[in-house]
Amino acid sequence: MNKKTVKHRLAEDKLMLWSVCLLAALTAVPLFAILGEVVWRGYGQLSWSFFTEPTPTAYKAMKAIEAGEPIPGGIANGIVGSMIMLGMAMAVAIPSGILCGAFLAEHGKNRFAQSVSYLTDLLQGTPSVIIGIITYIWVVVPMKGYSAIAGSVALCIMMLPLIIRSTEETLKILPVSLKEAGLALGGNKARVMLKVQLPAAFGGIFTGVLLAISRVIGETAPLMFTALGCSVVRYAIDKPISAVPLLIWEFFNDPNLQELIWGASLFLLLFVLTLNLTAKYLAKKWNQ
Amino acid sequence: MESVTPILEFKKTCVSYTKQTMAVKYVSAAIEKNTITAMMGPSGCGKSTLLRAVNLMHSLYPNIRVDGEICLNGEDILSMAPIDVRRRVGMVFQRPTPFPTMSIHENVLAGFALNGIRLSKADKEATVERCLRSVALWEEVKDGLNKKGTFLSGGQQQRLCIARALAMKPDILLMDEPTSALDPIATKHIEELLLELQNEVTILIVTHNMGQARRISSKSMFMYLGELVEYGDTATMFTNPVDDRTKAYLTGKMG
Amino acid sequence: MSDKLHRILLFVAALIVPVVCGGIVYALVTDAYEAFEHFGFLNFLTSSEWSYTEGNERYGALPFITGTLMTTLLALVFCIPFSLAVALFAGEYFKGTKIAAVLSAVTDLLAGIPSIIYGLWGFYTLRPVVMALNLSPQGSGILTASLVLTIMIVPYAASLSAEFIKLVPNDLKEGAYSLGATKGEVVRKIVFPVAGSGVFSAYILAVGRALGETMTVTMLIGNTNNMPDSITSTGNSMASIIANQFGEADGLRLSSLIAIGLILFLITALINMIGKIMIKRARII
Repeated sequence: MNKKTVKHRLAEDKLMLWSVCLLAALTAVPLFAILGEVVWRGYGQLSWSFFTEPTPTAYKAMKAIEAGEPIPGGIANGIVGSMIMLGMAMAVAIPSGILCGAFLAEHGKNRFAQSVSYLTDLLQGTPSVIIGIITYIWVVVPMKGYSAIAGSVALCIMMLPLIIRSTEETLKILPVSLKEAGLALGGNKARVMLKVQLPAAFGGIFTGVLLAISRVIGETAPLMFTALGCSVVRYAIDKPISAVPLLIWEFFNDPNLQELIWGASLFLLLFVLTLNLTAKYLAKKWNQ
Repeated sequence: MESVTPILEFKKTCVSYTKQTMAVKYVSAAIEKNTITAMMGPSGCGKSTLLRAVNLMHSLYPNIRVDGEICLNGEDILSMAPIDVRRRVGMVFQRPTPFPTMSIHENVLAGFALNGIRLSKADKEATVERCLRSVALWEEVKDGLNKKGTFLSGGQQQRLCIARALAMKPDILLMDEPTSALDPIATKHIEELLLELQNEVTILIVTHNMGQARRISSKSMFMYLGELVEYGDTATMFTNPVDDRTKAYLTGKMG
Repeated sequence: MSDKLHRILLFVAALIVPVVCGGIVYALVTDAYEAFEHFGFLNFLTSSEWSYTEGNERYGALPFITGTLMTTLLALVFCIPFSLAVALFAGEYFKGTKIAAVLSAVTDLLAGIPSIIYGLWGFYTLRPVVMALNLSPQGSGILTASLVLTIMIVPYAASLSAEFIKLVPNDLKEGAYSLGATKGEVVRKIVFPVAGSGVFSAYILAVGRALGETMTVTMLIGNTNNMPDSITSTGNSMASIIANQFGEADGLRLSSLIAIGLILFLITALINMIGKIMIKRARII
């Protein structure tokens, strides 16, 4: 009989506990490292004009660097562009996503609904760069040019599966009695859905929308071949437009503008993480 | 008998979940070797809690406290390492818990695998056969030892779990309502099995079923609100209980 | 609105998804066709040349497929110990405690950071470290990209694995403890085998994530178009070559890039499908 001593086994047990704790703690390090670095290097750049002025040209920036002055300008063009594209994407993705999610929740068992459900997973797992290619083929080529419309189509496709899933899941956990009670009062299905089910599911769907926004607002790849970018504040939707992540990518590639990277990143990071935390907080609150 | 150290002895054992309330209050009792002792009482009387304390199950849950002493062959187990105690104290739970990823064969030997003990192939075969025979499962499963334990019926699964506990040659076997999840026929099988097993091992069994206690146990404990109300020969207790509370329980006037 | 109209409206909304997916496949296949026709499908997959001198254009996907596989596999290998530790921490050792909730919140936030910011951090913080450790002269390369990819997929793998580790019934664990096992032994011999298929599917889905990750890899992999010969060499992944060259490409090169996109799409779809099927099975058990 070959036997490990109790001491040996207890030591092994301790070792395992400590390695779990150590590795788990190490996993948390990057969050603080990234937050720390972005805040440390970015907070100095944030000022009123950073949010109200568009990106400087490389020439202006070069001049300022030569003169030893801070780079003028900001990311207003990116913020406006991001908001325009996000708004358009939401206008389409939210209603159609909710309807599609409602369909899946109601007909979850039939064959067609199951294939839709599977395709939703497929769409959600599709790399964002491919969404970029697709939107280029679908929108940019026929329109003969990059545009805010194209960018918003890309964002819309990315938001859609997230909204569908959150709607479906929220509606599914609503008690059936709720729907039955509505129908028993003589409401037709549409009315019951609109007046009873969707309001009851509002919390879950709202959380899903917030998470979807936080997911797409930082996306760069699908905008590179669709919205392209633009150095002035622009409100036209059929012309190239900028976005905050696109600006970061521009700053990263242009040695003259590198000073602006961290301010823009800090803004984006705070925006995304706040949305994230709010969504998680609301989800918890509504679940109780 | 008086001169022998009892195999298990509770000495003013208390178990508490919170600081204010005690689930088990100052229980003192000595369990004799090779007997079946039944623990009875209404739900929430602390019988399961006390039983689990013998296997130091409470140490898995940081807010449970056990005070007093629980002596196994004269040694206080509360001051011993749980893994040492648990090897010597087998336990069978309410619901059968065969390990779903292990075969029947592996389930019987799970105690050795979990404790990092390597047996020779011959020892393994011998142990599996001995244990399955002693729970009367051998004939039923000997041709399918490599099947998963979860394919067995509920009663067979519970016998497998008893075999698994017996494989470690425990000094005492704790059973926490082992038949409450089983049908009457499987229950009868297990009861017959326990009567045979008492020659091998001391059994302490929590049961809700008075008939069961009467059929199989030689000693009985009656607990109420965390206290040990009465402890004595089963026959005496059922025919002539000393305490009014015991009488009320046995005549069905209480929980 | 009548019930019938309501049904039709929902049905039409549900049609959007198949239409978009069909459109993706159709558009990718038609636009990739030129490249496949010109080079031959197999040849395109196995050629490692990428030269766009006019008149002698040669494109092959092998270096980028290799780059994607190398970064993904390395990230998976690095990810396993960390995500397992986080999953055990939150799902077993400290289940239900405040500290586990804090760790889950931290990994949730990590999952929310945009990939371009991971790229920046990798470029300005991690790359100098890799250089200082003498792992590669310019700091960029497959190893650096994989390290940051690891940080990106750990939260995903960890939260899914934790879900399965939490599902292991307490009865079973108590059964194992009653036989004298230590916590570590219960985890290794009961929890892992029982939660195994779920944890495995979590890793498959994490791989699905890593395969298509674009910006981080683009910023860190070094952007060279030859076959990577070691984990410290530079290269390009399928996603990063598209991100780098799509904007300036036309004709045959554009078609080749779209062909790479199609391959990436198919690989990701396959991996995700396997992962989802496995996870469904694991949830039933």
